[in-house]
Amino acid sequence: MSELTSEGGHGAVPTGPEVPVEAKPALTRRDWPLYEVFVRGKRGLNHVHVGSLHAPDDEMAVHAARDLYTRRNEGVSIWVVRAADITASSPDEKDPMFAPSGDKVYRHPTFYEIPENVPHM
Amino acid sequence: MSAPPLDRSVDTAALQEQFDATIAAEHRIEPRDWMPEGYRKTLIRQIAQHAHSEIIGMQPEGDWLLSAPSLRRKAILLAKVQDEAGHGMYLYSAAETLGADRADLTDKLIEGRQKYSSIFNYPTLTYADVGVIGWFVDGAAICNQVPLCRSSYGPYARAMIRVCKEESFHQRQGYELLMTMMRGTDEQRAMVQDAVDRWWWPSLMMFGPPDDDSPNSAQSMAWGIKRHSNDELRQRYVDMSVPQAEVLGVTLPDPELTLDRETGKHRFGAIDWDEFKRVISGDGPANAERIARRRAARDDNAWVIDAATAYAEKHAGVAA
Repeated sequence: MSELTSEGGHGAVPTGPEVPVEAKPALTRRDWPLYEVFVRGKRGLNHVHVGSLHAPDDEMAVHAARDLYTRRNEGVSIWVVRAADITASSPDEKDPMFAPSGDKVYRHPTFYEIPENVPHM
Repeated sequence: MSAPPLDRSVDTAALQEQFDATIAAEHRIEPRDWMPEGYRKTLIRQIAQHAHSEIIGMQPEGDWLLSAPSLRRKAILLAKVQDEAGHGMYLYSAAETLGADRADLTDKLIEGRQKYSSIFNYPTLTYADVGVIGWFVDGAAICNQVPLCRSSYGPYARAMIRVCKEESFHQRQGYELLMTMMRGTDEQRAMVQDAVDRWWWPSLMMFGPPDDDSPNSAQSMAWGIKRHSNDELRQRYVDMSVPQAEVLGVTLPDPELTLDRETGKHRFGAIDWDEFKRVISGDGPANAERIARRRAARDDNAWVIDAATAYAEKHAGVAA
């Protein structure tokens, strides 16, 4: 019997090595582009990435995002952007790109010693 | 964003070390991080089957949408079934961050090459089944899913947090539905008990085979993909369900179910794993129907996709 796992929430199913995972998209299907979705939870907050979806165009992407990500007042504003249009800093989130900020401790307020008796600082 | 291309020239050992350190520190692995192929494949299998389960899971309850006993119950059930669709979408979205293709996953489901939870291969015979599914099936799902909110793979964990928030509504509406029926006629109470009798054992099977029959669990645990063993979760679920059954006034169909005073945990009877294997391998009461409907949903609605695509292309042409 194949490996079965309870992981995946609704129940145990085979997840052993015989279950294929590599994508072989059908050649005949014209795939809709992938959109990343950002939701502003309420006024005063930034838009935050919540997930992605496929849609034929920008307008449909907004409608689909509304149905999928804001069924319970989760947001007051939605941004959608084609995933292909996003430029990311680097493949690895722990890239040396961010290293230069690591050793500049003087950029933080805790670097400076102020006597206890100085108020409001 | 698409999955990053694999650069063979970099030092795999160093990447593996960094990956291991991230897991050991209980930090999350994110889509653009390097990860072992085994980790990626295991996650795709797991997330895909989870997504498929949510989508197929719309069917047993969806069967009652047009026969709901009141407008209130109909609105609730519609919201719940819509949530299941949403859960499936969150999960396909997470799978795509690993390089899977959403439409291709659906094709694999319809071709029977990827599976969904065995629980959805049982039919919903009466309206009480809708309540019992909410109580048992969504309750068991919560047991499974809450630990997954700490899964080592970021997009999966975040999808689970979103899902868990909504599952609570699912379980509570089911239990409330059953409480209402239990306050009704003898016939209604009998319907609830009958539904409990049919769904209890399949619900326990949702947690998977006993630990000593789950050879790959250790690797999933080490990767932080799996947080508790099948038996641990099953035990937790039984202990939670017994007092709920008492309050409701139904009997769980297991004569061996007793509280072990020493451990505070319940002992329960043997699970029929032969039935489980039969149902998962395609021989359940409703397997063929579930897949046939999913196939029809894909094929019969293909024209909608074509129409929207044609409109988008025409529109894009005008704008350019």
